[in-house]
Amino acid sequence: MSGPSKFQPTHPVLKWFEARLPILSLLYDSFVSYPTPRNLNFLWTFGAILSFLLMIQIVTGIILVMHYTANADLAFASIEQMMRDVNYGWLLRYAHANGSALFFFAVYIHMFRGMYYGSYKEPREVLWIIGVIIYLLMMATGFLGYVLPWGQMSYWAATVITNLFSAVPIVGETLVTWLWGGYSVGNPTLTRFFSLHYLLPFVIVAFVVLHVWALHVVGQNNPAGVEPKSDEDTVPFTPYATFKDLFFFSAFMLLFCWFLFYLPNYLGHADNYIPANPSVTPAHIVPEWYYLPFYAILRAIPNKLAGVIALFASILILAFLPWLDTSKVKSGRYRPLFKIFFWIWIATCIVLGWLGAMPAEGGYVIASRILTAWYFLHFIVVLPVIGMIEKPLPVPDSITEDHIGGHKKKAGAVAALVALAALVGLSVSSEPARASSEQPKPPQQTWTFAGPFGTFDRAQLQRGFQVYREVCSACHGLSLMSFRNLAEPGGPGFTTAQAAAVAAEAKVKDGPNDQGEMFERPGRLADRFQSPYPNPQAAAAAFNGAAPPDLSVMAKARTYERGFPTFLFDILTQYQENGVDYMVALLGGYEDPPADFKLPDGSNYNKYFPGHAVAMPPPLADGVVAYTDGSPQTLNQYAKDVAAFLMWTAEPHLEARKRLGFQTMIFLLVLTGLLYFTKKKIWHDVEHPTEAAPGQDPKATKI
Amino acid sequence: MTNPSLPAEPTRRDFLYIATGAVGAIGGAFVLVPLIAQMNPNASTIAAGAPIEVDLAPIAEGQVIKVTWRGKPIFISHRTKQEVEQAQSVKMSQLPDPQTDQDRTKPGHEQWLVVVGICTHLGCIPIAKSGDYGGWFCPCHGSQYDDSGRIRQGPAPANLPIPPYRFVSDSKIEIG
Repeated sequence: MSGPSKFQPTHPVLKWFEARLPILSLLYDSFVSYPTPRNLNFLWTFGAILSFLLMIQIVTGIILVMHYTANADLAFASIEQMMRDVNYGWLLRYAHANGSALFFFAVYIHMFRGMYYGSYKEPREVLWIIGVIIYLLMMATGFLGYVLPWGQMSYWAATVITNLFSAVPIVGETLVTWLWGGYSVGNPTLTRFFSLHYLLPFVIVAFVVLHVWALHVVGQNNPAGVEPKSDEDTVPFTPYATFKDLFFFSAFMLLFCWFLFYLPNYLGHADNYIPANPSVTPAHIVPEWYYLPFYAILRAIPNKLAGVIALFASILILAFLPWLDTSKVKSGRYRPLFKIFFWIWIATCIVLGWLGAMPAEGGYVIASRILTAWYFLHFIVVLPVIGMIEKPLPVPDSITEDHIGGHKKKAGAVAALVALAALVGLSVSSEPARASSEQPKPPQQTWTFAGPFGTFDRAQLQRGFQVYREVCSACHGLSLMSFRNLAEPGGPGFTTAQAAAVAAEAKVKDGPNDQGEMFERPGRLADRFQSPYPNPQAAAAAFNGAAPPDLSVMAKARTYERGFPTFLFDILTQYQENGVDYMVALLGGYEDPPADFKLPDGSNYNKYFPGHAVAMPPPLADGVVAYTDGSPQTLNQYAKDVAAFLMWTAEPHLEARKRLGFQTMIFLLVLTGLLYFTKKKIWHDVEHPTEAAPGQDPKATKI
Repeated sequence: MTNPSLPAEPTRRDFLYIATGAVGAIGGAFVLVPLIAQMNPNASTIAAGAPIEVDLAPIAEGQVIKVTWRGKPIFISHRTKQEVEQAQSVKMSQLPDPQTDQDRTKPGHEQWLVVVGICTHLGCIPIAKSGDYGGWFCPCHGSQYDDSGRIRQGPAPANLPIPPYRFVSDSKIEIG
């Protein structure tokens, strides 16, 4: 980006404009003629992928704000209304939620790539440090955004993370009160988090501009780790890098859409579908997967202040990487010792992530401590020392030599795959041993709505609604559902008249009327289902303090431990039926307590309930609901029907989601295929220079 | 390989580039659909816009009441005999937006005028029983409507619109 611009407009209007604001030449030099090393592999496309993902997050985020209410009493319901009533609201909200997880996935690949190929080394130190700042901003933004749905996990994440600052000596408590705007996490906390969550992405954009600017000053690193020496070593950004980036972005979108359309809740926590409750902490509180390694480091240290310092140090140490790595060779490819320690460090991070999700007890804590120590030793001892003692392999003279010469097949990749397979095999074989633990897993049922083409069984939903109405509705509300939903497409398929009849049977409190009095009237289609209680306190009082929960999103708010490696296979099988499987198991899981089990007064023993003592007495028994369609009137059938019905109330657009998902996947496959061949054509002469006619510039633009 | 200076036969390469560009453009267009559609009224807003019933019995002769339907004010005017006669006798040539009073009321219920109470100029709410024509006067920009809600004077281009409504009984209407 030095010297005169390669952009020389001929049109007089462009010339006039260019003389006054040279933005066109800036864009041309940055994104068209900008020279990029010719040997970049697919890992270098993650920068572009991240830029696109940032745009997706900002666009969907701005839209979510149009439908979201930042108020502690309304936030949860406003998001649910968005998911149910706003046109494509479910799509936009799931895109934003899964987008953040995929953003972190992409940024970790981007960072690991930089660490493996030494992209932080001279002259790219500032570029790297700006990257660390972006990562810190992303972490803050991700955390702030996670609080906004105001579910249980949101609330307790806000509590735990803000309490990190209480470790600050002397002013800690004052600082935390200031962060909260109150004596605990509450409405003021939510509104300020909302404001900052809107602000920070634009700060990220600003730092991304600096990041790209710094990148374009020093140029891209490359797998060989040698700087470009001649024009032959580089190709212009457009079309070469552009189409490579587009192809890999399109391929990445396939992964994104797989989660978005088929596993939208896989990466989230079921507990976050329970509205925030300041008086109950969920039994298992863990952050989102992308923070888990740092969470493990925090918990590994038995001292509060030291734990917080270690947490922040584990991120900030990255900024010092350019000076901690003493080797003059950039690319890990030519550093046999570094390569081994690099992969050990990656494994350390992954295992720390797994430990972060485990309970903080026994062997887990010891393992966390060892790995935390290694995490820091890698930076403070290993990197400086191997840089001095290692004998690097011969580095190619130029990028072209590296690119044309090709490289040996990756033995390392094969070894990694073998190791992974062995690990999976080991876990599978150890599974029976673990199955005998005290908490039995709910059996997996067959559901018509499972899988990529799943649809609801209308008759089953109608029967489930009957069970809900005749049994469950005596104690449980369905406050997020309206009567009109019963007749909407993708649901139980009642006619509008049937739904109106259901509505008319309900007594809805309305008013005040012209006399200023509240009155009761028959329900209308637009009304919500009525809660059986006037307020939550009345519900709790009626049941010895254990208020029966609302069932609207229950099918998404309950889950059970899937275990390793089942939870990984769930990504492939698109298993999203944890909630309904658990419900069926729970409804049929009542039995006599074992002799050594002390059942508290007023509770019932249930095989599948965590802790086994459940306040709800067995609600269903054979024959309690009279079906008219000849279906078996058994407890198991009732349980399955009502669970299917509650799956629909939790996810009313499930059918539309899977349908749109299929169309999108087909489209993306076509686009990715076309982009692949386009990229191949564009790169053909660079990849196979011998076939190019002599005297012809192999890099001449073909578009 | 095509020579850029000569218009050559389309090659397979050109076809590939055009196909890729076209598919990409189509995809981009489809992405816009949810981004735009989300701003349309959502399902609960549409459901809340269902027809409403209004009891006419308490409205005295000569009285105008305001009810709200889909967030819009609806004027219901119980007109006196004199007002009805006056409205029916206006010459069409005097009206910027000619429409008979019979067209604006339901047969057999001529004493009832039901109009959307939003000035057709720029959306302000006119004041009842004021202005020079015995109907409505809009305080924003001075438009005047007669007792049939027809524009008589001022910048408004059209009469106050009649919402869809029907008589459920002699003393009850359903708007919507």
